[in-house]
Amino acid sequence: MTYLADVAALTRKDLRVELRARDTLPAMLLFVVSVLVVFHFALPEGTGDDAAYGLLWVAIVFTALLGLARAWVPEQEHGVLDGLVLAPSDRSAIWLGKTLATLAFLLTAQAVALPAFVLFFAPLDATALAGVLLADIGICAVGSLMAAMAAASRSREVLLPLLVLPLAIPLVVGGVGAAISPDGQRYLLLLALYDGVFAVLSWASFEYVVTE
Amino acid sequence: MIRARGLEKRYGRRRVLAGVDIAVPSGGFAVVTGPNGSGKTTLLRVIVGLAAPSRGSLEVDADRAQVGYLAHEPLVYRELTALENLDLFGRLYRVTQRRERAGMLLERFGLWDARNERVSTYSRGMTQRLALCRTLLHDPELVLLDEPHSALDAEGAELLDRELEALAGSRTVVVATHDPQRLGSLASVGIALA
Amino acid sequence: MSTATIRSLPGLAALSAVLMGSAIAFALIVAPEDADQGISQRIFYIHVPIALTSYFCFGLGAWKALNLLWRGDQRYDLESYVAIHQGTIFGALTLITGSIWARASWGVWWTWSSNQLVLFLVLFLFYCAYFMLRFSVEEGPRRARSSAVYALFGVVLIPISFLAIRLAEDFIHPTVFTREGPNMTATMFATFCVSWAAVTLLAYLLYRVELAGKRLDADLRELREALQ
Repeated sequence: MTYLADVAALTRKDLRVELRARDTLPAMLLFVVSVLVVFHFALPEGTGDDAAYGLLWVAIVFTALLGLARAWVPEQEHGVLDGLVLAPSDRSAIWLGKTLATLAFLLTAQAVALPAFVLFFAPLDATALAGVLLADIGICAVGSLMAAMAAASRSREVLLPLLVLPLAIPLVVGGVGAAISPDGQRYLLLLALYDGVFAVLSWASFEYVVTE
Repeated sequence: MIRARGLEKRYGRRRVLAGVDIAVPSGGFAVVTGPNGSGKTTLLRVIVGLAAPSRGSLEVDADRAQVGYLAHEPLVYRELTALENLDLFGRLYRVTQRRERAGMLLERFGLWDARNERVSTYSRGMTQRLALCRTLLHDPELVLLDEPHSALDAEGAELLDRELEALAGSRTVVVATHDPQRLGSLASVGIALA
Repeated sequence: MSTATIRSLPGLAALSAVLMGSAIAFALIVAPEDADQGISQRIFYIHVPIALTSYFCFGLGAWKALNLLWRGDQRYDLESYVAIHQGTIFGALTLITGSIWARASWGVWWTWSSNQLVLFLVLFLFYCAYFMLRFSVEEGPRRARSSAVYALFGVVLIPISFLAIRLAEDFIHPTVFTREGPNMTATMFATFCVSWAAVTLLAYLLYRVELAGKRLDADLRELREALQ
């Protein structure tokens, strides 16, 4: 129970910091809507809905990357991550708190971006939305671990997308499949499998990337 | 109690610590001195467990919950207030009655009036005082302080000296400083890094 | 690494050369010509063993990474790195031989319809990012641990990517080329086994040589420092 209380406190702290600094969420919102507008001009007339669904996934992945790039900035200022790591609480709670906070930002951005997508391009059914949710979980779980790794490097802004994109390919396959395939359930299963496997792996590995 | 033999820390080809031997008994007060770049900060990071020694042995008979570490950086969130910071760390350190404890420390270090202001509005000296509160929040058995007097004004430094006097004898203390005179008679163990 | 294990390397190299020579002889002379694909099918005897060896190297790298995290012994860092380095080299060779084969049998240098090739492209990108990670983090236990975690993600990514690429076939290219030839004859299978053994031994030799070189380098550095 204390574990969950720690996670809740850490997530709440991230939301509070964001509410005050407003560094991440407005940028994600503006980015995802701008990308959708760019897509209008990138998609020639008559390309059909399928191409739009594909591009939606490009927008989702890059919006998530934008949020992830800033995920550990509050901890890097004043070296707070060291302070969290030294505390006797379980270190994986730090990862879980960050994952949930990033997920909250991404879902908020999508609460605007997905209606905009429907308005501009094509409808989204329940399977497609479930695909978005599952892929969000996966990319935030893996991404917050990778962002912590990238934060310790010299070239963090450049490194993060390189680390995450190959890992995000199954998520894009699952998300696009859920949106356009008549047999969307299979893709949701793929996404759920991805989430389960990589969330456990990230949860178990976090301690190693923040300690020596 | 801290005991280290032949402690060495290297990053790739760069050697930051070379063959350091330490013995600080429980309740001892150690002062780490040495010029800039001699590895004072690294030594403290190794003792506290943030950095792993490349060679040598290290024994520290305190677990994470019993160690208080004042780092070179303050280790507090800029966008949270003093009270919010201490509340978060108090929870992570399982401090019972953490609000009372936080209030008492803020009072003692002269931050009570600024308790609801964000750290980003603090001066360097105030941030350092808050960092000291964070270090002592869980009443640690082993206290490691990295240049604790830096950025403090005369009043802050005096508050700190009084705190150090109270800690000496009852707690194990390691202070890294370039100004050992300041600690005067408190020191029972000297560690000079070259 | 002791001198005894380094002394065994020339012998290993000779054995590897002999085995590789016989593998090439088997593939070009002994194995019968494929009825459908003709001579171009013979690249199969090189392409598939290289791909399998590459997987094996990635697996070995992850195994060493797990050992590093579990036991905390820093020597596993170098072993994991060298295994992944070899895996990436063989992965690049898989892409090249696969591309040549695609050109010979379908007339194109690249096709998204070969799952194996697409998977290797994904893995190649993944492991290139592994090297980027290593180059941009300061040498030390932190880098060793981050690299190890990333290496572990790699072996988990392999089956999941494979599954994803299989599923993606449905909407990316409904018409699928197939590369399933007739069942292998006994001679074909023997040829395949010889090639596989030859490539595996070559990879092992390269792994040992690179490891010995890197370790000598580190030892030399330490000696030089001690003498100063």
